[in-house]
Amino acid sequence: MTEVKQRPAQGYWALALRKLMRNRSAMISVLVLVLIVLSCLSAPWYAKYVSHTNPFQSNLSGTIMRHGHAVEVLGAADNPLKLGIEPIGPSGRLGPYMLGADQQGRDVAARLLYGGQNSLLISSIAAIITLILAGLTGIIAGFFGGFIDAAITWALDALWAFPVFLLAISLSVVLIAHGLDIGPLRLDASSLALPISIIGIIYVPYVARPIRATVLTLRQSEFVLAAIGIGASPWRIVWRDILPNVISTIIVFAPLIIALNLLTEAALSFLSIGVQAPAASWGTIIHDGESLIYTRPLVAIAPGLLIVVTVIALNILGDGLRDALDPRAKLRL
Amino acid sequence: MLSAIIRRLIHMIAVLFGISVLVFLIFFATPGANPAARIAGRNASPQTIARVERQFGLNKPLPVQYGLMMKKLFITQNLTSFVNLGEKVVPQVFRAAPITLSLVTGAAVIWIGFAVLIGLLAAAFRDTLIDRILMILSLIGISMPVFWVATMANLITQGQFHHSWLFSWVPPLGYVPFNTSPLGWFKALIIPWFTLAILYIGLYARVLRAALIETMQEDYIRTARAKGLSERQVLMHHALRSAMIGIVTLFGLDFGALVGGGALLTEVVFGLQGIGYLTYQALETLDLPMILATVIYASVFVVMSNAVVDILYAVIDPRARQAR
Repeated sequence: MTEVKQRPAQGYWALALRKLMRNRSAMISVLVLVLIVLSCLSAPWYAKYVSHTNPFQSNLSGTIMRHGHAVEVLGAADNPLKLGIEPIGPSGRLGPYMLGADQQGRDVAARLLYGGQNSLLISSIAAIITLILAGLTGIIAGFFGGFIDAAITWALDALWAFPVFLLAISLSVVLIAHGLDIGPLRLDASSLALPISIIGIIYVPYVARPIRATVLTLRQSEFVLAAIGIGASPWRIVWRDILPNVISTIIVFAPLIIALNLLTEAALSFLSIGVQAPAASWGTIIHDGESLIYTRPLVAIAPGLLIVVTVIALNILGDGLRDALDPRAKLRL
Repeated sequence: MLSAIIRRLIHMIAVLFGISVLVFLIFFATPGANPAARIAGRNASPQTIARVERQFGLNKPLPVQYGLMMKKLFITQNLTSFVNLGEKVVPQVFRAAPITLSLVTGAAVIWIGFAVLIGLLAAAFRDTLIDRILMILSLIGISMPVFWVATMANLITQGQFHHSWLFSWVPPLGYVPFNTSPLGWFKALIIPWFTLAILYIGLYARVLRAALIETMQEDYIRTARAKGLSERQVLMHHALRSAMIGIVTLFGLDFGALVGGGALLTEVVFGLQGIGYLTYQALETLDLPMILATVIYASVFVVMSNAVVDILYAVIDPRARQAR
């Protein structure tokens, strides 16, 4: 007789985690993301000990030593007429101006790290806002139905049909010019809270709609009908029966929404309605680099590459989470 | 059938109303500065601000203000910019529309063609190296910011490689009307088309591959195979048809969204003076009437194209006629 080995029973989450851990590309993505976050967090240290400059202050007349010569950070342009100025190029090794300078003589590498902090912070907090708002509206609309559902669906449809960029532009142009002033809440025009809340709002319908659909089917499932039958209160049902079934979908969406937010933040900052100078984000650095594109292309290339790598890692992680948690979750972008 | 269409049209009108209210609230009722000062633009004189107040009835109740705004936009169409003095805004939007339509239509042809090709190849060679490579390329395609791709395209085709044989045909940035020179139109747009299409090629190829793989499990595919059809025939004639239904819906939504502002970044980087470019210029000068007009007209276009897609969908697929 062969002995049957009994495996200990595993919960849903433990199983999902094991599945995710076995997914090699998802684990590599996690590693890449951790590396990017850690390097961005090291920005103050980098500015102090490696680049030796303040990346938020222009350095129009400074010189640095390179190859034993003093070189101007903003030198005369390398054209026959010596018209205009040209920022110093990349040095190619760890130290001041490793990736060169921008038009104002600021260290691009240090700005990339500080900019990454802002880009990642904005995308993550905005994603949390999106997921909470979408979870709430999706669950309320799907579970309570009737008039509440009709009203929420109508509002979501209007927001959804609104072209995302135009909505963001309308909100930004009104808010960035003068800031926001609601009674005790006073937001400065350069506050990061503005891009965060704008980006946090515009993608709510994209997440709320699939959640509402899930809740609609859950509402008809036997365990919910049974809970209603034994007289459980609606809030108890939402808390004990609906939410645990929706939370996995929300987790699957999280990295995908962060990736989307990262692209949106970059676009808004590129249009100069996101992060405001002198603060940086990857989008503003691409904007700075656009005018230098033919002389110092690295200023625009580097932040773009960082965005691409981060977004790819987030998308792969999202796919891995979906396979592990909720294979049917689909996000319409 | 008819009742489904009427229901959809009523829904469309409700959504349009919702959007117009939303825009109105954003522009006229956001707490902060005085809306008249916002509309009048930067450094406006007190007289201009007073004129704006009178024109938009800003001392009247909100519903009246809403009515005045809608009247200026759609009925009299005499909304004027206060930054470019006296310039009527609505005709400018109509003049810019053909440029945006040229850009988006060309890109759409490219992305559908390539996405179907890549999706079919990936599904046919499922789980092989070809599939892997195509899916990685698609993933990269959906992960690149479009304005960055556009900047890189400019760097390559307008920078030092411009004088090599490969890119010497590329014209300087800007739009050439089709009526002036069809070839010039094509040359000016071919790079913007591909730039705009990359994201959607990746997106649609992934969606199509997944849909094809799902469809290949269906019973009627087994029947087709049992009839003795070749795998290629099964894939092309039986699976692709049903997998394309999802793509058709996506396409309608994305096309609408691109015409309604989504192509803005591409237009800005390539200097194509379409609707998105107008919005961008207005953004730089804080010309709010201009932004108001582009936003409203673009969203009307998006909502109407969504409605058309839904109605077409109901015509194609009888299952969709029942209300969701």
